[in-house]
Amino acid sequence: MLTLGHYLTLGAILLCISVAGIFLNRKNVLILLMCIELSLLAVNMNFVAFSRFLDNLDGQVFVFFILTVAAAEAAIGLAILVVLFRNRRTINVAELDELKG
Amino acid sequence: MIFGIDIQLALFYLFSAVMLGAALAVISARNPVYSALFLVLTFFSAASLWILLQVEFLGIVLVVVYVGAVMVLFLFVVMMLDINLDPLKEGFTRYLPVGIGVAIVMAGELLLVLWARDRLGPDRFPAPPLRDADYSNTRAVGEWMYTQFLLPFEVAGIILLVAIVAAIALTQRRRSDARVQVPARQVRVKREERVRLVKMKSEMPAKGEKG
Repeated sequence: MLTLGHYLTLGAILLCISVAGIFLNRKNVLILLMCIELSLLAVNMNFVAFSRFLDNLDGQVFVFFILTVAAAEAAIGLAILVVLFRNRRTINVAELDELKG
Repeated sequence: MIFGIDIQLALFYLFSAVMLGAALAVISARNPVYSALFLVLTFFSAASLWILLQVEFLGIVLVVVYVGAVMVLFLFVVMMLDINLDPLKEGFTRYLPVGIGVAIVMAGELLLVLWARDRLGPDRFPAPPLRDADYSNTRAVGEWMYTQFLLPFEVAGIILLVAIVAAIALTQRRRSDARVQVPARQVRVKREERVRLVKMKSEMPAKGEKG
């Protein structure tokens, strides 16, 4: 029988995969953005599962807002990436050190 | 129950296996185009899992908005940028042990918290009953969103507007060789700069010619 634990476990494993992806692809901004999308998906999975098992619609509305903000974030992030590539001809994170942070 | 197998559980395991495999492929693919395509597969499987929970509206929104718009945008950018892939992959094997180690430790901690003392079993959170045939998830979410969450909904619209303006303002560039209109100069112009009145005698047709 499907339980809440099934969905939460799935979300936890997905989050860990996305964190591992951030570690592995730390040179490539594009894949870093994709990993952020993956971790947001993991969060959404938990929201949807809790919403259904607690029979409360708030969680589904919250997922809707997370999707909205994630879409805006992806649009702005990719726009910044395009401008960055136009100016520097690279998206390698190791070479983007002009701010000397 | 078909042939003694819980069909819901079987579908859950199928979709989650596809989803986790696709997510692993996203972070390990050599080419970002493949990463983006595997991310599409991940989102599709997640949408199937949500629809399995009878959260139909969000499942369809995930496919339409994420796969249809955001991932196409990703693919568009990946294919538009002419990236040299070799330097981007060089740290992969070096960070592989650290990445896997951190992921396994995190997964272990999260699963320990989740499964300790069996707090999430069916006795604490019983499986939700199946919805009636005429129940509309879209209608329920819509009614809830437009009554309880009206102001956040409007704010979400403003956030999307800001994203549109920001993305266009960031990527627009002024080209030096392009001819652009300057409305201020167009408005400021005087009659004398554009129109010249010339006094001249009216011309008569020459003899023999027809006027």
